[in-house]
Amino acid sequence: MNIIVLSLIVLGIIGCSAAVILFLVARKFNVQEDPRIDLVEQALPGANCGGCGFSGCRNFAEACVKADVLDNLRCPVGGTPTMSEVGNILGLTTEISEPMIAVVRCSGSCEKRPHVNTYNGAKNCAIANSLYSGETGCSFGCLGFGDCVTVCQFDAIHINMETGLPEVDDDKCTACGACVKACPKSIIELRKKGPKNRRIFVGCVNKDKGGIARKACTVACIGCGKCVKECSFDAITIENNLAYIDFTKCRLCRKCVAVCPTGAIHETNFPPRKEDVQVSVPEAETVKIEDLSK
Amino acid sequence: MNQLIVSPAPHVHNSDSVAKNMYSVVIALVPAYLAALYFFGLGALLVSLTAVVSCVLFEYLIQRFLLKTKPSVWDGSAILTGLLLAFNLPSNLPIWMVILGALVAIGIGKMSFGGLGNNIFNPALVGRVFLLISFPTQMTTWPRPLGNWGLASYIDAETAATPLAMMKGGLAEMPSHIDLLLGNTGGSMGEICAAALLLGGIFLLCRKVITWHIPVSILLTVALFTAILHFANPTVYASPLTHLLTGGLMLGAIFMATDYVTSPMTFWGQIIYGVGIGILTVVIRTWGAYPEGMSFAILIMNAVTPLLNTYIKPKRFGEKRKKEN
Amino acid sequence: MKTFKIGGVHPQANKLSAGQRIQQVALPTQAVILLDQHLGAPATPIVAIGDSVKVGQLIAAPTGFMSANVHSSVSGTVTKIDTVTDAWGRHSPAITIDVEADHWLESIDRTPEINRICRLSKEEIIKKIQNAGIVGLGGACFPTHIKLMPPPGKIAEVLIVNAVECEPYLTCDHQLMMEHGEEIFIGISILMKALAVQKTLIGIENNKKDVIDYFQRLANRHFGIEVVPLKMCYPQGGEKQLIDALIGRQVPSGALPIEVGAVVQNVATTFAVYEAVQKNKPLIERVMTVTGKEVKNPGNFLIRFGTPLMAAVEMAGGIPENTGKIIGGGPMMGRAYMNTDVPASKRTSGLLFMPEQDSLREEPQNCIRCGKCISACPMGLEPYLLTNLSERGLYNDLEKNGIMDCIECGCCLFSCPSHRPLLDYVRQGKATVGGIIRARNAKK
Repeated sequence: MNIIVLSLIVLGIIGCSAAVILFLVARKFNVQEDPRIDLVEQALPGANCGGCGFSGCRNFAEACVKADVLDNLRCPVGGTPTMSEVGNILGLTTEISEPMIAVVRCSGSCEKRPHVNTYNGAKNCAIANSLYSGETGCSFGCLGFGDCVTVCQFDAIHINMETGLPEVDDDKCTACGACVKACPKSIIELRKKGPKNRRIFVGCVNKDKGGIARKACTVACIGCGKCVKECSFDAITIENNLAYIDFTKCRLCRKCVAVCPTGAIHETNFPPRKEDVQVSVPEAETVKIEDLSK
Repeated sequence: MNQLIVSPAPHVHNSDSVAKNMYSVVIALVPAYLAALYFFGLGALLVSLTAVVSCVLFEYLIQRFLLKTKPSVWDGSAILTGLLLAFNLPSNLPIWMVILGALVAIGIGKMSFGGLGNNIFNPALVGRVFLLISFPTQMTTWPRPLGNWGLASYIDAETAATPLAMMKGGLAEMPSHIDLLLGNTGGSMGEICAAALLLGGIFLLCRKVITWHIPVSILLTVALFTAILHFANPTVYASPLTHLLTGGLMLGAIFMATDYVTSPMTFWGQIIYGVGIGILTVVIRTWGAYPEGMSFAILIMNAVTPLLNTYIKPKRFGEKRKKEN
Repeated sequence: MKTFKIGGVHPQANKLSAGQRIQQVALPTQAVILLDQHLGAPATPIVAIGDSVKVGQLIAAPTGFMSANVHSSVSGTVTKIDTVTDAWGRHSPAITIDVEADHWLESIDRTPEINRICRLSKEEIIKKIQNAGIVGLGGACFPTHIKLMPPPGKIAEVLIVNAVECEPYLTCDHQLMMEHGEEIFIGISILMKALAVQKTLIGIENNKKDVIDYFQRLANRHFGIEVVPLKMCYPQGGEKQLIDALIGRQVPSGALPIEVGAVVQNVATTFAVYEAVQKNKPLIERVMTVTGKEVKNPGNFLIRFGTPLMAAVEMAGGIPENTGKIIGGGPMMGRAYMNTDVPASKRTSGLLFMPEQDSLREEPQNCIRCGKCISACPMGLEPYLLTNLSERGLYNDLEKNGIMDCIECGCCLFSCPSHRPLLDYVRQGKATVGGIIRARNAKK
């Protein structure tokens, strides 16, 4: 009986004194923090990807709370819904921006762009790139060692073993831009995700003259300029023998895709085209019709 | 001409490999193994074969089915772990205990960390210490050397105490130094013959598989420490030479502590590691509950190795000494 | 016998072409003279298409401080000023000249007599070396005249001549020394005058006994020049290692050799200095080695810049049947070529054909922390750690662990029993950290 009482007393004293110490320490080392930081952090996706330019979501949240306007702050992962939620918490307006996605601008798969030598060093794009131009005749194309895959925090980009090229998963990609920075050949670009994931882009970055580019890769852009002539929206420019489609101007009419002699221009997620409709209907209406059809 | 191969420099290699190093150590263990067979007969053969085969088998099974990686059992590291584990066991240990030890050594000691190169502790010692703590009686009952060569050597061998156990009981009936050197004494199957182990050590040094730093610093520290104790009170503390020749000291210093993966990499790191093992060994031998402390000493210093690797840096080229600044 | 103190490895020397007399490679019908033949930015062309040029005429002027003059090595008409694909598939600016006859500039002395007397002043010598477009012929192609002008406050005490040739296979310097020893000694005397030093040490590894004997005889006739035989050890030809081996001083991290009072020049450079100063001949040709275990006649060739390398290879018996890898330079630091249709340049010290069976690296395994890379590293670094950090992109830690000290000698990868691509990652990390440091300094 005595033992039980004694142990209760001893434990009680230990417990009480611990509580007092904890209370005092918590008071002493209490850090006053804006409670909104926690709220903003909760609204963020919590991926800690660094795509916003801050190291981790909490730092981004702190920056948001400190900022007067949210124009320069943007969470690429959460996109507009997240930013408007953050804006609501802080009582600020956010600009509505379109969702983006990473696009791989090289289509030189193993069969279209044959290997002319064998690389035998560390399997790393940056290392291979600092050594030489690559295993194929094209000195601009994808090396295929997957630096983009390594840096992706969202498991959204993978090397297709058949083509040897990276492929972006539309659903998983958050456009954080890590792969864009990692690619030593600057092949990956962030482009507008597009309605229903529909995009048109030049799948090539080869700046060689047409003949050289074509010799190295059958699907290279040869800078012939047919697409420029075909485009009614001035969206396509040619620089250094390479066409580039400005995604802010492109209206997804798909005419350039049809005229490209090498198949370097890609379309994604479009319904199969009807030849007659393509040619006869004017561009502006084409877009409209397609919008209605889905 | 085929496609050219392009790779960064250098384009030549000294043709060293992991497997070459591992098999060199296995070869270096052969003299001690022959001595074990001579002194303990069939029992030693049985225990060692079981240990090696089960280590290789466990490594293969774990890599093949659990980790789903390409099995790499032929790099020799599993064989070496099995052999070293067997060397640390009495030659009449029940077979199932040997297999259990091999499972712990490979499964917990090595593969749970991610396989060769990632383990913190020497796998063979993890297996050995596991067995020592789980089955203290069996692990500390050693057959008498030269007792029986046939199957009897395994089933019901006469037992003998180890010199270290005798040491704990007073220094009355210690075997002669010659017996200790040649191995005519009780003990784990691989540790008894100091001469054979030294021979293997010289082979490893000549092949540049190991460097002198770790073994020499361990042996010197033990010698120095025990010499101080011996001269303080010769009736209680055994002479340095006795300490050097008994127990697992030679086996540990030459073969276990020098394991690449679990030992430090820099000059001073290796020296500190060796001195640490030496001091801990003598402390455990002299004042600890167990008669032998080599295994524990190595395992404790294994745990210190990452720290040594982090903080003890090699001397950089052009680095100025403090005085000159 | 002396050597450097930290690390080092012993690759098989394989000096297959040792003792082969230098052969002149015939003039090509078209010469492609690269403008990027030195450390700094590519030179700027000063000729136009259609111009006719003579041998030794300046055709491109330096672009910036670290750049160097480029001279025509042939006579003929300039047909193209454009980019060509270099040995690594990249575009490199070049001047193409259609060769017509072999007309040299009159100012160049082409007589074989050795001109021993040099009465020029220090400044005149340096000017002449700069005009001749001389760069270090050891491999880095650092413009020589910059090395001869120590920054204010620093005084050169000793000239060190790098005659080590520690790279396996290469023998071009060895043969040059045997055939042009006297000229080399005059070149050294000129450099001593330009630097105003009283002492020169020539470091030679003791696998070249004939050169050591010959040079020691020559050194007796020259004041202040001493030949030092060195114990064989790679990378003894590294600038910092050689200074350590010869005068026992270690160049601090990030500093130049002049910090410890030394200036290092390659032995082939000293010969080029002799020709420039005494014969008015700019740097338009060099000796290169064509070698390999399967090459029919490994040898040393005097080749004019712009000549296709294949011309020298044909003289050595053509590309061997089972070639797996073609390396420009030696096997430890040379770069593998993806394209052999390239011209000779100041950088081309050799061409090595590796048979297919020796070309592939072994499959890498886990690091077993054996520490062999640490004991091999001549700079006292921890290659395993740098590799780890570089793989994970921890550039601050890389800088702290001295990655900028790495001389990319390849000892770590050479001695790794797990065949890990250590240097690949270290080199990558060094390039990135170097960029970060430059950006940081630019901000300041």
